[in-house]
Amino acid sequence: MTWADTLLLLPELIAATGASILLIVPVLGGRARGHMAKWAMLALMAVTALAVIGSTYAVAGVQQTPTFRAMFAVDAFSVFFKLLFVVVIALVTLLSEDFLSEERYSTWEYYSLLAFALCGMMFMASGVSLITIYIGLELLALSSYILAGYYKNHEESTEAAMKYFILGTVSSAILLYGISLIYGVCGSMRLSTIAAALSTMLSNDALMFGIMLLAAGLCFKIAAVPFHVWTPDVYVGAPTPISAFLSTGSKAAAFAVFARVFYVAFPAFHLDWSNVLAAIAALSMIVGNLAAITQTNVKRMLAYSSISHAGYSLLGIIAMNEMGLRGILIYTMVYVFANLGIWATILMLRRHAYAGESVEDFRGLHKRAPFAAFSMVVFLLSLGGIPPTAGFIGKYFLFAAAVQAGFGWLAIVAVVMSAVSMFYYLRLVVAMYLEEGSGAETIYSPSLRFVTALSLTVTLVVGFIPELPIRQVIESSSHLVGRVVQR
Amino acid sequence: MGFYDSGFPILSVITYLPLAGALLMLFINKENTGAIKTFATIVAAVDFVLSVPLWFYFDRKAAGLAMFQFRETASWIPSLGVKYSFGIDGIALLLILLTTMMGLIAVYSSYTAIDHRQKEYYILLLLLQTGMIGVFCALDFFLFYVFWEVMLVPMYFLIGIWGGQRRLYAAIKFFLYTLAGSVVMLLSILALYFFNSSGIPFLNIKGLGNAPSFDVLQFHQIGHLISPQLQFWIFLGFFLGFAIKVPMFPFHTWLPDAHVEAPTAGSVILAAVLLKMGTYGFVRFALPILPDGTRQLMIPIVTLSIIGIIYGALVSLVQKDMKKLVAYSSVSHLGFVMLGMFALNPMGLRGSVLQMINHGISTGALFLLVGIVYEQRHTRLISEYGGLAKQMPMYATLFLIAALSSMGLPALNGFIGEFTILLGVANANIWWAVFAAVGIVLGAAYLLWLYQRVFWGPLDNPANKVLKDVNKRELLTLLPLVACMIWIGIAPAPFFEMIEQPVDYIVQKVDPGYFKRQPVTYPSEAAERAAAVSSALAAIQAEVHR
Repeated sequence: MTWADTLLLLPELIAATGASILLIVPVLGGRARGHMAKWAMLALMAVTALAVIGSTYAVAGVQQTPTFRAMFAVDAFSVFFKLLFVVVIALVTLLSEDFLSEERYSTWEYYSLLAFALCGMMFMASGVSLITIYIGLELLALSSYILAGYYKNHEESTEAAMKYFILGTVSSAILLYGISLIYGVCGSMRLSTIAAALSTMLSNDALMFGIMLLAAGLCFKIAAVPFHVWTPDVYVGAPTPISAFLSTGSKAAAFAVFARVFYVAFPAFHLDWSNVLAAIAALSMIVGNLAAITQTNVKRMLAYSSISHAGYSLLGIIAMNEMGLRGILIYTMVYVFANLGIWATILMLRRHAYAGESVEDFRGLHKRAPFAAFSMVVFLLSLGGIPPTAGFIGKYFLFAAAVQAGFGWLAIVAVVMSAVSMFYYLRLVVAMYLEEGSGAETIYSPSLRFVTALSLTVTLVVGFIPELPIRQVIESSSHLVGRVVQR
Repeated sequence: MGFYDSGFPILSVITYLPLAGALLMLFINKENTGAIKTFATIVAAVDFVLSVPLWFYFDRKAAGLAMFQFRETASWIPSLGVKYSFGIDGIALLLILLTTMMGLIAVYSSYTAIDHRQKEYYILLLLLQTGMIGVFCALDFFLFYVFWEVMLVPMYFLIGIWGGQRRLYAAIKFFLYTLAGSVVMLLSILALYFFNSSGIPFLNIKGLGNAPSFDVLQFHQIGHLISPQLQFWIFLGFFLGFAIKVPMFPFHTWLPDAHVEAPTAGSVILAAVLLKMGTYGFVRFALPILPDGTRQLMIPIVTLSIIGIIYGALVSLVQKDMKKLVAYSSVSHLGFVMLGMFALNPMGLRGSVLQMINHGISTGALFLLVGIVYEQRHTRLISEYGGLAKQMPMYATLFLIAALSSMGLPALNGFIGEFTILLGVANANIWWAVFAAVGIVLGAAYLLWLYQRVFWGPLDNPANKVLKDVNKRELLTLLPLVACMIWIGIAPAPFFEMIEQPVDYIVQKVDPGYFKRQPVTYPSEAAERAAAVSSALAAIQAEVHR
């Protein structure tokens, strides 16, 4: 370990230090200045983002810089996700402003937990050893459990946190067991060493079992069927900004891990695990979308929709080709922004107890908040994959990857299900534009407006001029795909 | 007018002008409905005026790939091989002219019919027009797909906001049905794409197919190399996407709902242009790219077309609602278009293409006419009317012309189209023609019976005694259509001339031996044509090589 190694760790160090500082500020007498917390948090995000960008200069010209005995790597792939995480956390910070000021919960601890979660996510993106990944994942998970129960006085929130905690811990245990089996067979936690060991093996039941357990643990994190049951309850019970975080940032981190682990470590056994994952993906798309149709609660609907999106994204892992990996990156980005935009609109309505939860609350929104309603339509079309929004580009990559890999049947399930998904997305459009009558009150704070505007910009820019993001994604993922080709 | 032959991107201008107009309309105060209507009309009118010179500057004799004119190519998403590629042949040109004309008529006919949320209405109408023209111009699959899907959204809102009683149901049904078809089509496009860019052995033909590309014309060149088995599946995907749009029996169930619930202008656009996208998709993509797939699915499609012709006509016969009757008559007429197309000979295809235009004009006019009485009486039930000929003589005359045109009376456009189709179909199989002829008879039956019930007999419903005849504005929307009916009916030659090369090109693709087998009347001309085609092919190959 040298100083240069430590420098590579700078973004994580900053996030962890910042989180710790945020945690002790109230002890030092900052509790009264709760409104300052948001700005402190945003400043922390800005510095972290700069550090992430800075770290890319440190490794300029080198595709991947493993450090700390090859447990941690800074590469274009991790930088892509880290920047995405920082933006997500910053936007979640903005989304949380009103919730915190209204509910009078401690703001500093809240943001501190978010910063710890960010730290965990960044470790996940950079982890090239299963143990680093596991620790990052646990840091994220523990922060999320607490955040999900932040509505201390609400029974639902507490219940959601309990459920999330118990199921999450079990899934972590499964994941850990899988890791231990893989370690037992391969003798290493390092992804590249595992890959090398696998390439000389023909078949190994213990290893397959390990891979399956690892996949099961990760599927819990991304909320894929049949590991999805926690999702609707947690999304509904948790404070809305935290639901937004869980459905975007937390999932994106899990996908970063999923992609890196499977693309780097397990390509040799692709034939063995791809069919299992294909079944999981198909189930997620079918169950998620069909269940979403029957929901009347918007948060529950979004929960099921996010389950289905986990299914789409899995196509990228199953395909195991260039197109697929790019698809995961671009789809994650597209999905994150469309979803954050939708949550911002829900938060706008989320006044006076539980408004913004039923579809009726959206009635006639186009009159009361034309900009929000229009943006909402764009986000919903993006989730449905209708061009010229970003969602089409994302889905295009994933479907194309599946077709290219020969998973034609899965691609058919995916396209049919994405048509089905429009059915429930359109319900919100119907409520906003086609039904008259008064829905919930709206208070559109500047922060929410900013989140909506940024998400809208990304969604439209990626839709209309996809070349730039696509090139970025190719750059960020090519060094992982290289391994696939080598095998 | 050097614009049209100097490489000026005229197609883009025509495509995006309505979009630009829609964006500008955002700045007009929504209370100022007069300005909104005027502005929308001006935009649509300018668009139409800009599109008319295409007719004159288009080189009808250009054969092979050169027949795609007014080409525009720019890079859009190079990393995927997606290009911004525009270009039209005679078929697309006619459809674009139809679109700009119907677009103008749709805007102009909505002045009094739409009384709430007017600003949004005209904005959506203009957006829809951009999508429709784009579909006909695009020569890149990706771009085509984007326009194809973009169109759904404005149409969804047009039906959903300004429609009738069951508008929500109709709008969602329309959206989901079409979307389901088009996503399956997307898979077919992807299959073509990978077929093109992956290292499948035969694609190692130097220069062909190694670079990822969505170029439709390139697929025209290499499509026939795809194995027949794969062609079958790819064709099936296209078929689903296009057949739902056409709509062919049994995928037609969204159509009556959408038509009945849509506002008048929506129905006009839907019937005149949107349905043509399905048939256009077949002639532009499915047939020339997948000749084996086409031939394999020929019999099932012909069967469905004949069922559609007769089923649509029979169902029209028993309708109580005028609009629904016209809607079902579309199923029957589009069956004709599909039947003529799948005769797979030049005559049938010519008739099929011409009938696309004819159907747009006649059915568009019928929907407009139904809309005129609906606006006054707020009912479309045939039983509510009777004896209107006395009350509204002008209206009755126009309706008669439109109905006669739709049923195929000689000297009007429908006759030319149906007759040509029948010739082509009889050439392929005489029994198909017999079934189709039954459809024509039934068509005359339901239209004449409709006319009889609505316009003749005693004027005994007091509510009908206050009906006003067509006013100047309504007359202005109808007269151009009547003029076109008569023009095509009397002098169809310019239209046939326009589509001759594209049709021959498609037949040559689908059935390469066709022109060799047929006794050609003008040998020199045919030889010339064959030479032109082959030299064009050589040219494109050389270009791709580079």
